[in-house]
Amino acid sequence: MDKISRFEGLAAPLQRSNVDTDQIIPAVYLKRITKTGFEDGLFANWRQDPEFVLNQPQFQGAQVLFTGPDFGTGSSREHAVWALKDFGFRAVFASKFADIFSGNSGKQGLIAGVVKDSDIAAIWAKIEANPGIIAKVDLPNQLVSVGDLQVGFGIDEYTKWRLTEGLDDIGITLQNEAAILAYEAKRESWKPKTLPAKGV
Amino acid sequence: MSTKTMTLAQKLWNDHLVVKGENGAPDLLYIDLHLIHEVTSPQAFDGLRLAGRDMRRKDLTIATEDHNTPTENIHLPIVDPTSRLQVQALRDNTKEFGVRIHSLGDKNQGIVHVVGPQLGLTMPGMTIVCGDSHTSTHGAFGSLAMGIGTSEVEHVMATQTLPLQPFKTMAINVDGELRPGVGAKDIILAVIAKISTGGGQGYVLEYRGSAIRALSMEGRMTICNMSIEAGARAGMVAPDEITYEYLKGRPHSPEGLEWDKAMQYWETLKTDQDAVFDAEVFIDANTLDPFVTWGTNPGQGVSLMDSVPNPADFLDPNERSAAERALEYMDLKAGTKMKDIIVNTVFLGSCTNGRIEDLRAAAEVIKGKTKAAGIRMLVVPGSQKVKLQAEEEGLDQVFKDFGAEWRFAGCSMCLGMNPDQLASGERAASTSNRNFEGRQGKGARTHLVSPVVAAATAIRGTLSSPSDLE
Repeated sequence: MDKISRFEGLAAPLQRSNVDTDQIIPAVYLKRITKTGFEDGLFANWRQDPEFVLNQPQFQGAQVLFTGPDFGTGSSREHAVWALKDFGFRAVFASKFADIFSGNSGKQGLIAGVVKDSDIAAIWAKIEANPGIIAKVDLPNQLVSVGDLQVGFGIDEYTKWRLTEGLDDIGITLQNEAAILAYEAKRESWKPKTLPAKGV
Repeated sequence: MSTKTMTLAQKLWNDHLVVKGENGAPDLLYIDLHLIHEVTSPQAFDGLRLAGRDMRRKDLTIATEDHNTPTENIHLPIVDPTSRLQVQALRDNTKEFGVRIHSLGDKNQGIVHVVGPQLGLTMPGMTIVCGDSHTSTHGAFGSLAMGIGTSEVEHVMATQTLPLQPFKTMAINVDGELRPGVGAKDIILAVIAKISTGGGQGYVLEYRGSAIRALSMEGRMTICNMSIEAGARAGMVAPDEITYEYLKGRPHSPEGLEWDKAMQYWETLKTDQDAVFDAEVFIDANTLDPFVTWGTNPGQGVSLMDSVPNPADFLDPNERSAAERALEYMDLKAGTKMKDIIVNTVFLGSCTNGRIEDLRAAAEVIKGKTKAAGIRMLVVPGSQKVKLQAEEEGLDQVFKDFGAEWRFAGCSMCLGMNPDQLASGERAASTSNRNFEGRQGKGARTHLVSPVVAAATAIRGTLSSPSDLE
């Protein structure tokens, strides 16, 4: 995974709350077996409306999304994160994220930063007044700025460390092989095994 | 063993701790059971291949096909080529890595969350994960069960562990006695309406109280299943006699001395008397009505006796605009009585309400009755085993006589990934778990309901409870 530190990109407002992962990418796009090319599925139903924010010319090429609370609720589909990334987004900011969505984001190098509702509202107003404005994201210092408006964002320390170092979780875990083996050695014998299969 | 008082969730957590995280690092937890289906696994298998890694514990892993599979003509190849390819990828991957699979046509095939418990693979005291948010279902047995993303699926495949940040705990206390026609689905819809779709974020919910104790395992699964709709990472119910009765004699349940050993441990799986939850919620079961949703998230629900709310009455601006949007999408007017809402389709099934008791409850309501003109009713057992059981009991005939379609097992109309979908603008009373925009098909409108409300609605053509039939 690439290391993430500071970057800037076009800011876009998505002024909706409770954006569930079925809206981020409808189920019909989940049938693929690849991990890339999901950009066409991003907000697919909403994008059919020419008025939808990401269809507007001033937000083409947006990389930083500012949205309402409870973003990424519902289905655990990591495709939601892949679609945002494939579309070009590198960070999403909201006052609340669903747990699974923020976990998935952390695995894929998409920043899911927690920003107060009042700050989101101020940023929306800023973008509305200056469409095409650039957002600057500073992960080490947990700051995001849009023009002269700078706010802090929350992200859990461990995810931040992994993202800034570009580390892969599986590699980190495999360093604990001895502990995993020790746990397995004392695991209870009544716990079920799927193999050999019973009841078939 | 610590002598500190603990909640059930904390005990499960501690008992699966492989490495305690330091300096903000997550804890590493062991995973006892990994359930796999076709949608969220192909990229994980690919990841293993790319890294040259094998699966650590294929003997703790099981796969089934459910999301993409058709529920009729299952002897024919799957028509949609992308669905067919995804199902084939699961078959190829499980073969290559040596994972047990129950494919379409197998008597153990079905929705992953129905298959696990019926095989006796879901037990108290386990950690269970699946690349599917409704994995919370398995918490009904007193296990820690969580939906995970595809990166985590790969992580579990490679290491049989997951790094997890500790959760907070929330007690959902449901005391009292449910009135006739009110059940598990109504409880959980009322809980979500109360705490909202984000209310459970960061929490593991423990459902407690006399009304929960009185529920069957299937009712408890319905409740735990929808914990994710309140944003929670997991939901659970402490095991009791009802749990043990359910487990006895299942294919993978322990036997003899192993059963005794397991029981000894299971008896410890309850929240200590003076343990403190980070949050508590109280629901009065005595006064609960059948609950239904009016909007486009599962928190937008009301009593069936109520009316569609007025967005202007919501104080929170985000809730207000969400309600306005929802009414527009749902084509509903504030003040309309819920019971006056006309539906085209009734869907009985899903990992929420596709088990045998759900089918029995609905069949009981429609037996000898006539379906409303123009209504389409789809009955989709949660697994092939449920289907066979229902046929043995003659329930299939009750549904067919009523004019409902009797199908093979799968996720079906719960989500638009297989041929069972609503057309744009169609309105359904659905026993599934999500009323999101487009969830049951593009432009489709969903009202979440219980199995008996689904049945009564199919008779009257408008959202109804069994008491409306008297």
